[in-house]
Amino acid sequence: MPIRVTINAEPREIPEGTSVEGLLHLLGVTAHRVAVEVNAAVVTRSRHATTTLAPGDFIEVVTFVGGG
Amino acid sequence: MTMTTQDTPFVIAGRTFTSRLIVGTGKYPTLPMMKECHEVSGAQMVTVAVRRLDLKATGAESMLSYIDPTRFTLLPNTAGCYTADDAVRTCHLAEELGLSKWVKLEVLGDEKTLYPDVEETLKAARILVKEGFTVLPYTSDDVITARKLADLGCAAVMPLAAPIGSGLGVRNPHNLRLILDAVKVPVIVDAGVGTASDAAIAMELGCHGLLMNTAIAGAKDPVRMARAMKLAVEAGRDAWLAGRIPMKAWASASSPISGLVGQ
Repeated sequence: MPIRVTINAEPREIPEGTSVEGLLHLLGVTAHRVAVEVNAAVVTRSRHATTTLAPGDFIEVVTFVGGG
Repeated sequence: MTMTTQDTPFVIAGRTFTSRLIVGTGKYPTLPMMKECHEVSGAQMVTVAVRRLDLKATGAESMLSYIDPTRFTLLPNTAGCYTADDAVRTCHLAEELGLSKWVKLEVLGDEKTLYPDVEETLKAARILVKEGFTVLPYTSDDVITARKLADLGCAAVMPLAAPIGSGLGVRNPHNLRLILDAVKVPVIVDAGVGTASDAAIAMELGCHGLLMNTAIAGAKDPVRMARAMKLAVEAGRDAWLAGRIPMKAWASASSPISGLVGQ
């Protein structure tokens, strides 16, 4: 069963039991260094594989962009 | 050279920089041009912003591939944040992204002026310093706020010369002088510089460093402006160290007034 989550303000469906690491794989994030937040708390890289996403989670995937 | 004055190193939170110019990574026409500007500017620290990854273009090229990590220190900013809470949250993400606790704190008051909201800036700075961040706050040119930021443990204070991106130059040199007198941490002018003379003026006042983005990225020839800014920062610093002559109302001859022919 897929679960509904929100990623970068967009509603998405992902397979139940998906980890943060699995999500980044699903999204095809390869070229970018990213940081991930789940429900407004950072999930550090060391916890990507062990953090399982739950229905209704608000996920932010951010990167560095140009700025002053 | 037999200069009688010696410069002191530019040290922020125990780290020494040989360049007093910090440059941005925004608004360049192309990424290769940004890279060239960074090299020509001589800067050792570049600012970056934290934003949502475009999920439709996750395979696109990353800006970071144009920044040599062995040459440049990344200084993530909290640009676009309007509350202390959002700024602190952004700093947590920046730390995770950059594996460093150095941040340029920027909490804005409104979109039209992009002036700092000093109340929220102070609030965020207090939290971040407690959490062990090295905080370089963008602030107004108000000496009281600058002193409060320094007193609560910020590693530098970064007053504006003029509104972000305005290119209006140093609008109130006296306020910068007051800040220089009031705080012991480095004073880095952040925002408002338009051209090389503006940079030189800031450095001639005794400011320790300068942060700019639009003045270089938005110039017709950004690479040449990057060089102009490098030279202006160095020239301004040298002039400050050298000690300018006092201004006088009337002329004072440079050539001897005696020994003129026909006298």
